[in-house]
Amino acid sequence: MSADIVSLHDPGAGDVDRRDAAWYWDKLVQVLVFAGGISGIVCVLGIFVFISKEGFGFITNTMNFTEFFSSPEWRPTSDARPTYGILALAAGTASVTGLAMLVAVPFSLGAAIYIGEFATGKVREVLKVLVELLAAIPSVVWGFIGHSIISRLIVTMFDVPVGLSVLNAGLILGLMAAPIMTTIAEDALKAVPDGFREAAEAMGATRWQVIWRVVLPAAKNGLLSAVLLGIGRGFGETMAVLMASGHAINMPDSIFDPVRALTATIAAELGETAHGSDHYSALFTLGILLFAVTFVINLTADIVVRGRGKR
Amino acid sequence: MNATFLRTARNARDERRQRLVKTLFGLMTVLLVLPVLAILTILVIKGGPALSLDFLLQEPTHGMTAGGIMPALVGTIWLVAVALLASVPVGIAAALYLSEYARDNWLTRIINLAIINLAGVPSIVHALFGVGAFVLFFEFGTSILAASLTLAVMTLPVVIVATRESLQAVPHAFREACWNMGATRWQTIRKVVLPNSVSGILTGIILEVSRTAGETAPIMFTGAAFFLPFLPSSVYDQTMALSLHLFVVTTQVPDVPEALPYGVALVLILIVLVMNAVSIAFRTWLRGRKKW
Repeated sequence: MSADIVSLHDPGAGDVDRRDAAWYWDKLVQVLVFAGGISGIVCVLGIFVFISKEGFGFITNTMNFTEFFSSPEWRPTSDARPTYGILALAAGTASVTGLAMLVAVPFSLGAAIYIGEFATGKVREVLKVLVELLAAIPSVVWGFIGHSIISRLIVTMFDVPVGLSVLNAGLILGLMAAPIMTTIAEDALKAVPDGFREAAEAMGATRWQVIWRVVLPAAKNGLLSAVLLGIGRGFGETMAVLMASGHAINMPDSIFDPVRALTATIAAELGETAHGSDHYSALFTLGILLFAVTFVINLTADIVVRGRGKR
Repeated sequence: MNATFLRTARNARDERRQRLVKTLFGLMTVLLVLPVLAILTILVIKGGPALSLDFLLQEPTHGMTAGGIMPALVGTIWLVAVALLASVPVGIAAALYLSEYARDNWLTRIINLAIINLAGVPSIVHALFGVGAFVLFFEFGTSILAASLTLAVMTLPVVIVATRESLQAVPHAFREACWNMGATRWQTIRKVVLPNSVSGILTGIILEVSRTAGETAPIMFTGAAFFLPFLPSSVYDQTMALSLHLFVVTTQVPDVPEALPYGVALVLILIVLVMNAVSIAFRTWLRGRKKW
């Protein structure tokens, strides 16, 4: 743009050609930074392209849609007739995630309200740091805790033969998701302008009335998106579920049954399959499914938050 | 007139309810934090005795039922270092674009959406991507390079979000002052924006180190090995890793003495929590020091 304008004039007539070294550096950096800027898009597209590429063979050749979504039989290694039904795996994922949310949602919303609205000063700072540290514990450590500590606790407390079950994985997943949901929910509460609270307090409302009548309705969408992101997190969790759920293909009847999750199936079986086999690309097809579901969950969470911003 | 300021029965009821709710939510917070602290205490009590200098400096022996964790520790350092080399420059460039160049248009919205989604993709899907892209398509094989690049893609959103936040914390007037002196955008970024946000960026990188060190699923099939008797010598070698080692000694190896996995878990969690604590302390210190 500026270069064009300059060239319209006589270069000798006192106009300065700004294209010095700094100008070229500026343009170069602009290009580099733009390349970095779209890296996020490149990565997401790359993930989709490469897992589709590996899973495509299964979808077009072997996959039977009815069997895939409605059969509980996941027997990819059967010699006679391998079957690829994900119903039991999906039930495993759903039961574990469902239980985890049952535990984590009330506690993390309660904790977010306490930290964001009631706690003050040092107490608040300490609680925030603690929650942040809890969110940082790696999933394999959670899996270890489920495998070695919680499972024993369950066996002794409920007098059941095995401690690796829906209950164990659900508890672990709940403990994992709670700090993250607490942090996001607290951010949502913080986004409610203080003027709202002050106006309500000026009318003589107690702190709780302010929260219940003013803050929570205003932060509704942010809280909902916190829950959605928690669900997404639970749904996609791999190592902890692999180690704590018992890893048995099973339609669960009770919370003491062992189950197997979609994510854990990939983690457990990918190492044992031959590249290019049906089993191998079936696992990538599971990956496509997981990618699609988390994509929808994240997109919904984003739209929910944005809905608030537009109003 | 005076009656307005008297405590009515209704006021008393409201205040009782208020106290009740506050106690309830306080209790929920405690219940959220307490079990985890209890579990951490158990980890320290059971894993503590296993820790020693030998544990950190020796190789695993007797089919991984004895000895130390040195190759896993070294492997984790390799993986984290190579992952940082890839993700930090790209992440900072992305954050610079979003904070300093991007207009509020559809492209920026898509980029933000992509970053949110990238952060939400399950770790095992990242593993599949790593196998499909880096191990097979780019023919890096199962190697540190493939595993680290997978980790880099996975933790890219951490760097981008943390860096963008610290860039945006630099007041806009600083930039305007610099532009008014005739500086280009890049000169402004290099001389004004980056020096004022470098500590915040560092905080984000420390956070990324702790995330990267703890990840297991993405490296399982891309470059981390169950057991390797030697240390990696280049990025094309496979390596052991602390996180995968914990999984292996917990679930795959029979007859492991009880203290061993507790020891491995304790080392891993100490690394992650110490890195996080440093990052948080750094951030708090910065906030207190801020001049604007």
